[in-house]
Formats: sequence, C-alpha cells, structure tokens
Amino acid sequence: MRFLSSACSLLLALMFACPAQALVPEDLKAFAEGGPFERSELISTWASSQDTALTAFLDALEEGSLGAFPSGLLARTPDGEEFREWHTDTLIHEDPMTWEGIMVSNVLRAGVERARASQGLASSDPAVRREAVEALRSAASDPAMLEVVERARDRETDATTKALLQDLTRRLALSATDPERRIAAARALQQSGDASTNFKLLQGLLSTDESDDARETDPKVRAVFQSISTSLEARAAFFEFLGHIFAGISLGSILVLTALGLAITYGLLGVINMAHGELVMIGAYTTFLVQGIFRSWLPELEWMYVIAALPAAFAVSGLVGIALERLILRHLYGRPLESLLATWGASLILIQCVRSLFGPQNVEVSSPSWLSGAIELQTNLVLPWNRLAIIAFSAIVLICTGLVLSRSRFGLFVRATTQNRAMARCTGVRTDLVDMLAFGFGSGLAGLAGVALSQVGNVGPDLGQARIIDSFLVVVVGGVGQLAGALWAGLGLGMFSKILEPLSGAVMAKIALLVVIILFIQKRPQGLFALKGRQAE
Amino acid sequence: MKLIQHGAIKAAALSILAAATTMAEETIKVGVLHSLSGTMAISETSLKNTALMAIEEINAAGGVLGKKLEPVVVDPASNWPLFAEKARQLITQDKVAVTFGCWTSVSRKSVLPVYEELDALLFYPVQYEGEELSQNVFYTGAAPNQQAIPAVEYLMSKAGGGAKRWVLLGTDYVYPRTTNKILRAFLHSKGVADADILEEYTPFGHSDYQTIVANVKKFAQGGKTAVVSTINGDSNIPFYKELGNQGIKATQIPVVAFSVGEEELRGVDTKPLVGHLAAWNYFQSVKNPVNAAFIKKYKEWAVANKIPNAATVVTNDPMEATYVGINMWAKAVAKAGTTEVGAVRKAMSGMTFKAPSGFTLTMDATNHHLHKPVMIAEVRADGQFNVVWKTPAPIRAQPWSPYIEGNKGKKD
Repeated sequence: MRFLSSACSLLLALMFACPAQALVPEDLKAFAEGGPFERSELISTWASSQDTALTAFLDALEEGSLGAFPSGLLARTPDGEEFREWHTDTLIHEDPMTWEGIMVSNVLRAGVERARASQGLASSDPAVRREAVEALRSAASDPAMLEVVERARDRETDATTKALLQDLTRRLALSATDPERRIAAARALQQSGDASTNFKLLQGLLSTDESDDARETDPKVRAVFQSISTSLEARAAFFEFLGHIFAGISLGSILVLTALGLAITYGLLGVINMAHGELVMIGAYTTFLVQGIFRSWLPELEWMYVIAALPAAFAVSGLVGIALERLILRHLYGRPLESLLATWGASLILIQCVRSLFGPQNVEVSSPSWLSGAIELQTNLVLPWNRLAIIAFSAIVLICTGLVLSRSRFGLFVRATTQNRAMARCTGVRTDLVDMLAFGFGSGLAGLAGVALSQVGNVGPDLGQARIIDSFLVVVVGGVGQLAGALWAGLGLGMFSKILEPLSGAVMAKIALLVVIILFIQKRPQGLFALKGRQAE
Repeated sequence: MKLIQHGAIKAAALSILAAATTMAEETIKVGVLHSLSGTMAISETSLKNTALMAIEEINAAGGVLGKKLEPVVVDPASNWPLFAEKARQLITQDKVAVTFGCWTSVSRKSVLPVYEELDALLFYPVQYEGEELSQNVFYTGAAPNQQAIPAVEYLMSKAGGGAKRWVLLGTDYVYPRTTNKILRAFLHSKGVADADILEEYTPFGHSDYQTIVANVKKFAQGGKTAVVSTINGDSNIPFYKELGNQGIKATQIPVVAFSVGEEELRGVDTKPLVGHLAAWNYFQSVKNPVNAAFIKKYKEWAVANKIPNAATVVTNDPMEATYVGINMWAKAVAKAGTTEVGAVRKAMSGMTFKAPSGFTLTMDATNHHLHKPVMIAEVRADGQFNVVWKTPAPIRAQPWSPYIEGNKGKKD
C-alpha cells in the first residue's frame, strides 16, 4: 500500500510538474537489469511523459516481445526470427532458442496499469480520464498530492470525473496541515462517498500506535474523527447488510430456478425424480454446445448465444425428460420407491454418458460481455450483472410457469389430473399424455436452470449432483405441489444461509440450515403451503 | 486399452498351446488405482492416461527385465473405502508388482493400511500436507515445504507484491486444514499477527462464494492482502468467477492456489483471472527439450486413444509426477534385477530421472520423497501459466513440517 501510494504520488507530481525525458538508454539499461519491482518503479517514473514511445513500449512489454539480454533490451519481430535493440532499432544477432521474453508479473502489471492510467488522466476523452481517475483513486493516499489533485479537479469539466476527484481531494485533505481543513474534510466524507473505505481511512488515522507517523495527533481533531468514524461504521455495516441481502436473494433465485421443475414433477405428478439435477446439467451442456455453434458459424452474434441457448436447453432437457417418462417412469406411477431408484439409476447413466462424450473435465462456458462486470454502489455492495440477470430471469420463468399452469388449457389438464386422476379421465382428459407433457415441461424448466447456472458456476458432469439436494429441500420446505411454496422456500433458504454465513462460516451455516429444516419438517410435515381440501388426504 | 486387447488376443492364441501359465510370467503386472467416475474423475482420469502412456513407452523400449509391463486399471469411483478394497484386490488377486494411484489424502489414508499389511508398493503423485512417512509409499508429489511455504514467501517479497495480510481459504478437510495450520505457524514466525490472518473454510462442492469474496474485499481494505487458496475440486470455478464478478484483479488481491493447474483451468474462461497464481513443481509452459517431448508424446497418445477433446489436452504437475514415478520404478526394478518390494525399495533410494520440469530429480535416500524444484506462475489469458519465480535447484522434502508442534526431532 505504502509503496503504491508513494509511487503514485511520485507519478502524479511528475505528471503535473515537468514533461521529463523518458526512455533514455540509461533507463532502458536499468530496466533490462532490474527485477520486477525495480522495473515497475521505473515505468512509474516514465509515466509522466506523454511520449508515444512509452505507449509502444508498454504494448510491446505486455505482448511479451521484449527481452532482457546482456547486450541490452531487445525487441523481437512478430515472426520471432529477428531481434532489434529497443532504442536504436539496430539488428542484434541472438540465438532464437535462448530467447526469453520479460515476464509481466503482477507487480510489473500494476506499474503498467498505473502508467496507462496516468497517461489517460491527460487524455482529451472524458471517458478515458474517468477510467484513469478510478484507477488512481484506489491507490493514492499521499498528502503531498493534495494540491496536484485539487488542480486536476478544478480543470476537470466532466461532472462525474470531477466528483471522483473531489472525493479524492477530501480523502487527501484528511492529512492536510490545517486542522480546520482536516475536520471539514472528514465532515464532507461523512456525507458522501464510500462509507466502508472512508471508515477504514479514519481508523488508520486514529491508530493508537505512537510510531505511526501518519496518525492524527491533535486531540480536538481526533475527537471529531472519532465521532464521524462511529457514524460511518454504522453506515458501512448497513451497506454490508444490504450486500448480504442481495447475496441471499441471488442464491434464492438460483434455488427457485432449479427447484421449479422439481416442484412440477414431484409436486404435481408425485414422482421423486432423482435425475432432475442431470436434466439441469444437460441444459448447461446445451448452452456449451450453442456457444460452440455461435463461435464457429456466427462469431459476430456471439454476445447473444445465451439467449439462443434458452429455447435450445428447454427443448433438449424437455425431450430427455419425455424420453425418461416414456421409457421408465410411465411403468412406475404410484410406486414412489421404485421410481426413486429407477431415476437415480438413470441419473448415473446420464452422468457417465456425458462424461464419455465430453470427457470428465469441465467445459468452458464464458459469459458474454453484457453479463460480466458489476454495478459497484459501495465497496461492499456490488451487484454483478449476471446475478441481476438471473434474478430477473427467475422471476420471469416463475411468472410464466404460473400463467401456464393457471391460465392455459394444458395447465388446466395438469391441475385436473393432479387433483383427481380418475375423474379427469372420465371427462375425457388423456391423462397419460398430460403426464408426459407435464414431465417434459418440468424437465424443460430444469434445462433453463442449467443455462443460468452455466453463467455462475462450472459446467461438468457432476453439476447436477450438487444441486439436487438443495432443490429437494426447497420443494419439501415449500410444500409439495405449490409454486408459491417453491418461491418463498427458495428465497428463505437463500437468505437464511447468506445471513448466517458471515457470522458462522460456510460450513456451520450449512449445518445450521439442515438442522432448522429438520425441526421445521417435524413441526410442519406438509411444508409452508399445504394443499387444502379433500385431495390433501 | 489397445495394449490389453492385444495382450488378450495373444493370450488366447497361446492358450491353445496350453501355455497360458508361461504367458502370465512373461509380463509384469502394474496396478493403476485412479477414480474414473465420481467427483474426482475430473482430476484423476488424466493420471490414468499418463500411467498407460508411460507404460506403453517403457514397453516400446523393450520393457523391464526383458518382460513387458501389463497395466491393470481399476476404478475406485471416488469412494474412499472402495479404494482400500480395490487396492487389496490389485495386490492379492492380480498380484501387481506396484501400484500407481490415489489423489486425495483421504484415499491415500484409506489404502495405507492395506499396503503396509501386505508389504506392497504405492506411488502417490499428488502434492499433499505431509505428516506421513510410510515404508510402502513413494511420494512423488510435493510436501508443504516444496509448495506452500515458498509460495507465501514469494508473495511476501517485493517482487511478489509485498503482501501484509493473508486470507487462508480452503475446502473443509484434512489437506487444507493441515496446510493452513503450517502456514499460520510460518506466518507467525515471520511476524504476522493473528489479526492479519483470516482463515475460512467451505464445504465440498460449495458453489456460492458471494459473501466470502465480499469478506475478502473488506479484509483487504486493511492493507495489501493475498489469498492462499486450498479450495479443491469443482468449487474453484464459482470462486474464480465470483472474483471476476466483484472486480477483484490480481494486481490488487492476488490469489495463489495449490490445487489449480492446467487441467482445472480447462473449464474456465481465464481472461478475468490473468495474474492469479499457482504454485507447483512443473508447468506445461516450462521450456526444455524433455518437456517438449513429454507434451508431444501425451498429445499423440491422446489422439491415438481417442480421449474426449484430445485436441485440447494439457499436461500438469501430478501427471508429471506420475510419469516420473513410473520411470523411476522401472529403473529401480532394472537396477535391482527383481520386482521384489524390499529390493526395489533399496534400489529406489537415490534414484535419479531427467524430468519434464527441466531438472534431474532425485529420490531421497531416506524419506521416500522426491527432491523437487518449486515454481510459482501466473495465469495467462490462454489458460496456461507463466513461471515468474523458481528455485535454482530441486529442494529436499520435509514431510514432518517444523511448523507443526510435536514434529521437532522426528526423523525423516
């Protein structure tokens, strides 16, 4: 941290002071001979120049086409056959076999990023400037930079970037020489900015360690800092709690999504389908295949492969489900134990089939760019796009399923068959067809869950195994045959484990969750929402 | 597989001449005990492949003591008690001369009594937590001082980023718990206070890392932080995806993993992971003629044997350790002139082999562990690794870590 801040202040100071001459042969020699740390610092000092040579230098470095040799810093030509001295561009003879490019390790990469950011700060493009400020903000904390940042703030025209610079100014002003200014800065920070970061900043200044030079010594200022720090702590804790709530909703939405298909097959048809997890897995593998198809034939449309994967996964999983129903389950209706064993066997067969076809390793499903990244409201309140998308997707799927079951003719038949099979058959409902389609529908929903899971987790043959237990928990807690039950149980279980996890650790949270469910089922075997009326008996 | 078929046809032909018994004497049976189904199949299948490839290679060069090696492959299905049963079957029914197998420590602990009781030999190819030394096992993977401790030292150094605070994150079982115990003691010895260490565990198969990553982020506000991950198996991918989601870059909080290699990264989009680290004793990206030949051989073998996704197969550290183990054993048998366990054990001590890692590895004269070089590497965008630091020479294993109380004075 200290190193980062000092390097940054150095770099900022230089940047606004004088356009130093960069990339002179002596510096390049030092670069060639230094370790990763020295190289990183050198780059930081060069970053002040708006030299186009530096950009080219950084590009070459990141490509790995620079190498340090006793004869100096060499650049390799793209074909890899020739080597030229970097600053003179003269041909040097080296054996290609001895070539070893300079490795860009983390320390060096950080230097490159800072250098690029500082170059960006002077850019005429506001977007580039904003990115640069964001990059510098996380590292800068040297009070000597205050004036420099203030000047940059005054010059800035873009409102958002100006606000970021303003925030940075206030943070730096916490260590200003004038005590009044320090207090004013702390008061301003109390109102705005990132509560968690500011809290940590004040805590650092309030350190009781006498040897710490940066600590606040003025008792009056200390008292103000102390009270502000206390209020910030509460705010930071509040945002952290919001973060846990979001995590709970997000986990809950995934649980609801995986359990929804099960709620139909188990709830409505009374079949304990142990292969449900494998139908989810098949949905995820379908996503992988669709991605492959887009990559090979429609590379310019790759960003939307996830959307195309939805109907594909629904269809594939649905068809596999229908095949299961026709081949196995049809013969076992009304015999829950046998169907449990048969579907468990089917799940093992499906896993091993996928393993033989695709190999035991996970396959790569990459998130399209519009699903990557996050909205960062606070340091401890980050809303990733893919999780937001899954929450929205779960809600849509839940509503559609509800509509299909309550409004469509197919839904009417399913409900009729569930409630009274014999009577439904008497009125002309083809119950065996309804069974098949309902099972296919539930399996298709599992396929949709597979698409969603491929965006947050791994896609491998064992994907379903890990999910099946949680899905059954949701269905059992929610109450058999109830969509609303699946919703509330899924959200409840997700929330419960995410709020408990930071308090007790993931392992204890899991145990506590299971204990609570056991107690709950003892008290209320029918689940949260029980079917009422005659058919319940 | 081809080999077994070939052997079977030959055996059938010879049995007409009533020579089946002499046939059995003409081969030396070698057991391969790796899970080909269940959760560990993801990692262990490639070790089985490597073992078969190495055996084929030795046979093509004339076999051992003038006899061909005959692999006996069994599948313990990621089921720990089944490992012990299959091991017993290999030794007593199939009469194998040696077994190459196991991945998880719990599977090794499960078969250990069997090998000790029947006085047979096991070659164990995976990095582990130490705290064990059996006369019947040769450990060709790394002990903690050959992997975990150098990795932490690197992250502490200036070149590694100078980390001051540490998150020890692992799956809840014996390997992460023991490794973290050793690391905590090591960090104490370097003056790191308990307040600067955050230790967290997740159950096997944990897939939701939101709160844990948020926690790591919060912890990292207190100073330069590095994460030491002993997360095992499938949980790694959701963990890395969550890191990317929450915008944690390796330049801010580097994560060094001890159970993530080329094979594990095959199922991951590695672009957001660039710069995160792994510590092993071998990487596929290591440049030397032995490694180039090793990779080429394995790729050709994968294509010839129709392994799924043969075009994209990779090599990794435990595969290299398997390869070294089999070759050393074959050399030891040739040196001893017999496959008898006691004689081979004696011949193994001090055995050397020019390994794909680019070093000539030596089996320690007394402690049954390999002297191995340590390499620390960063993830590249293509799923391979860039070695950023390595030891100049192989170092000797310390199975009894001096950082665990009660190990003082234990002889290795």
